[in-house]
Amino acid sequence: MKIHLKVWRQKNRHTKGKMHDYTLTEVDEEMSFLEMLDMLNLQLAKKGERPVEFDHDCREGICGQCGVMINGIAHGPLKNTTTCQLHMRSFKDGDTIYVEPFQAKAFPVIRDLKVNRTSLDEIIAAGGYVSVNTGQAPEANTILVSHEEAENAFDAAACIGCGACVATCKNASAALFTGAKIAQLARLPQGKKESNKRTINMVNRMEDLDFGHCTNTEACQVECPQDISVLTIAEMNYEYNKAKLKD
Amino acid sequence: MEKEIKANIPKGNLQDKWSNYKAQAKLVSPNNRKKLEIIVVGTGLAGSSAAASLAEMGYKVKAFCFQDSPRRAHSVAAQGGVNAMKNYQNDGDSVYRMFHDTLKGGDFRSREANTYRLAECSASLIDQAVAQGVPFGREYSGYLKNRSFGGVQVSRTFYARGQTGQQLLLGAYQALMRQKEIGKIKLYARHEMLDLVLIDGKAKGIIARNLDTGKMERHAAHAVVLATGGFGKIYYLSTLAMGCNASAIWRAHKKGAFMANPSWTQIHPTSLPQSGPYQSKLTLMSESLRNDGRIWVPKAQNDQRPPHEIPENERDYYLERKYPSFGNLAPRDIASRAAKEQIDAGKGVGALKNAVYLDFKDAIHEYGKETIAERYGNLFSMYEKITGINAYQEPMKISPSAHFSMGGLWVDYDLMTNIPGLFAIGEANFSDHGANRLGANSLLQACVDGYYIAPYTLQNYLADQIQVPQSAINHPAFEIAENQAKKQLKEFVSCQGNKTSEEFHRELGKVLYDNCGLSRSAEGLQEAIQKIQQLRQEFKKNLLVPGDVEDINSELEKAGRVADYMELAELMCIDALQRNESCGAHFREEFQTDEGEALRNDKDFAFTAAWEWSGDSSSPILNKENLKFEFVQPTQRSYK
Repeated sequence: MKIHLKVWRQKNRHTKGKMHDYTLTEVDEEMSFLEMLDMLNLQLAKKGERPVEFDHDCREGICGQCGVMINGIAHGPLKNTTTCQLHMRSFKDGDTIYVEPFQAKAFPVIRDLKVNRTSLDEIIAAGGYVSVNTGQAPEANTILVSHEEAENAFDAAACIGCGACVATCKNASAALFTGAKIAQLARLPQGKKESNKRTINMVNRMEDLDFGHCTNTEACQVECPQDISVLTIAEMNYEYNKAKLKD
Repeated sequence: MEKEIKANIPKGNLQDKWSNYKAQAKLVSPNNRKKLEIIVVGTGLAGSSAAASLAEMGYKVKAFCFQDSPRRAHSVAAQGGVNAMKNYQNDGDSVYRMFHDTLKGGDFRSREANTYRLAECSASLIDQAVAQGVPFGREYSGYLKNRSFGGVQVSRTFYARGQTGQQLLLGAYQALMRQKEIGKIKLYARHEMLDLVLIDGKAKGIIARNLDTGKMERHAAHAVVLATGGFGKIYYLSTLAMGCNASAIWRAHKKGAFMANPSWTQIHPTSLPQSGPYQSKLTLMSESLRNDGRIWVPKAQNDQRPPHEIPENERDYYLERKYPSFGNLAPRDIASRAAKEQIDAGKGVGALKNAVYLDFKDAIHEYGKETIAERYGNLFSMYEKITGINAYQEPMKISPSAHFSMGGLWVDYDLMTNIPGLFAIGEANFSDHGANRLGANSLLQACVDGYYIAPYTLQNYLADQIQVPQSAINHPAFEIAENQAKKQLKEFVSCQGNKTSEEFHRELGKVLYDNCGLSRSAEGLQEAIQKIQQLRQEFKKNLLVPGDVEDINSELEKAGRVADYMELAELMCIDALQRNESCGAHFREEFQTDEGEALRNDKDFAFTAAWEWSGDSSSPILNKENLKFEFVQPTQRSYK
């Protein structure tokens, strides 16, 4: 099929970017979206032009490195799908597709579609863990975790850290990302112990960085590849209030 | 000159070796640890767990990864599980049995002592991961759950839905970020190691390129740990991530580190088949699916009917037929070869006739759709996203695909290469899996190397380095290495040919897959070597890399990786060619039993081939580490 692309090109965070038009004529509907971009890049390289820089790695929806805005939607039109898992069968012959980077103050553009998401790592560094050193762990079955507890924790732990929640949020809030980690660990007996400290540290870090506030529009869950529930945000708020009362 | 090399295996009984080692290993006092610096390249399970553990002990650690965050390393993609000897199921498991399963699974081509240590340390890993908050599957009572995996008859696999690797890696990554927060680890994401720096024969640092700016950096340390994963991506189409590469270990090899058994690549039986020429990767479907899915092909060649129209008596459940006691859970090398046999016989299914069916009809009938969804839900939805097919209604189509590198840098019992101070852990080394890795042993090995072995063995090495001042990064060795790396990058850009590195990579991958993949022959390998040499010549003259050196440039990154693959590919073929036997994943057509199974030759080939760089990729030097079986008598592997 024939696909018209409008792709954001930007040299670096200090220069202005703009949309560029490209047309691909031999797109196969079995191709993944990123393979379609590979095709574009091959053509650009052959013409001596600079290929479009975009992030990707595992191409099976789990590493969280890929992610662009496709027609204004983070990761494109399919629900619970990363950019790499989106296939061209979701588009039709003659379509025009807008491809832009994830936009948020906390995600400065590196080049073209590549952005810097280290702010998400910074939030985890503030407390997204159980403070246990290697070698201290007791026999695993001495910590019983009911099936429901484990499944609930998993639902939150499934976050792949792609940043779609931030990109889609009109406030560029990282509440879903932060809430998911706080909820995962608060839902487990291993993580409950330091929940107060963890929650305050992570929330404070999130506010120190360039993320906006959550106003509960819930767009984040809609575009989350892992369908992380906004209830984790409520849980974060609950844990935060609880911690502040004890503070 | 061929020489025999020694692995420094501690004396004593199998079960005492590691405890003896730990009891006698040298220590570094807490005060001195902060004066010692360690570079860890790679932040997958092995790298993150080692970096975190060493930093917790008090060492200064620098961690490098090429991804934008350490959490993205390809350990995330492991789906099915991690093995550990807990015997929670009371099904007859023991450390010895796990050791024996692993040794046998590897077709008796690994070291007894290393394999035993892997089994011995496995239980602690589950304790560690649970303490970190890894949400493993649980029984309703709250106890940990297990499933079984290929090549064994007990249930010792722990899992977190279909995302075990991701959850384990998050545990290790979070431990790493915790140390970064308190300044014990300096993190260098979007950095790629371009060379290893040796001073007085010891590993003393690396040259890295900042991928965001293209700038070169020098980093010095008292020891360097490579945890850079496997190189299955050399086949181009593989289950690996796009960025996975051999560059760090290959460049260390060119600085003198031996490469061991490089041709032993696991071809995974349950990946999604290729659907077209533009394809960039093959997605793996977890082997755990084989617990409940039944593999079959139509009995007739070129059967055009859709699967539900083919009656039971016209289907061939070939694994159940050929290997009745293991059935669909036969080890990976055997399952992959059996699939290739059916596909080659014209019984393949799908548009390109390159797949076999994996059918859940019976399991859904027996356990209900809900149970199957709970076990494999995310895999079924992933399958649907990629293929557009609902596997609850129609069998999956699967196909073999390049997956895991059993080979890698040669290391001794300490996981140290033959270069003092250079360690290799996880998939980057060769040590534990012999000629074929058992499912769910990969996450295990990465974690055990990083959490439990490197912290002891590195310390044992570092104890003698306290008196040695840290090398300055203006030492000539750094300068030479940096200039060399720069020169190569400039050559790539100034070549101005008309073929991109990706196009070269695809061609190379095809040559390798056809001749040094599921089955190999002397004739095919010789032909492949010639083709690779030609391709390498062409690569030098006709490479197209747009953009600049000192700038962000993903085409340039690829060029460096493909240049290394061009050399490594030839070594793989040479390695496969010298091994005149079949073992595990290395199947030489000339050496098979009457029933078509691998025919080992223990008399002549019970050794690890540790190749030494000679300065020319076409004439490497073969060194041998003889494998001595003191505790287990190798037998012909049978899963019938």
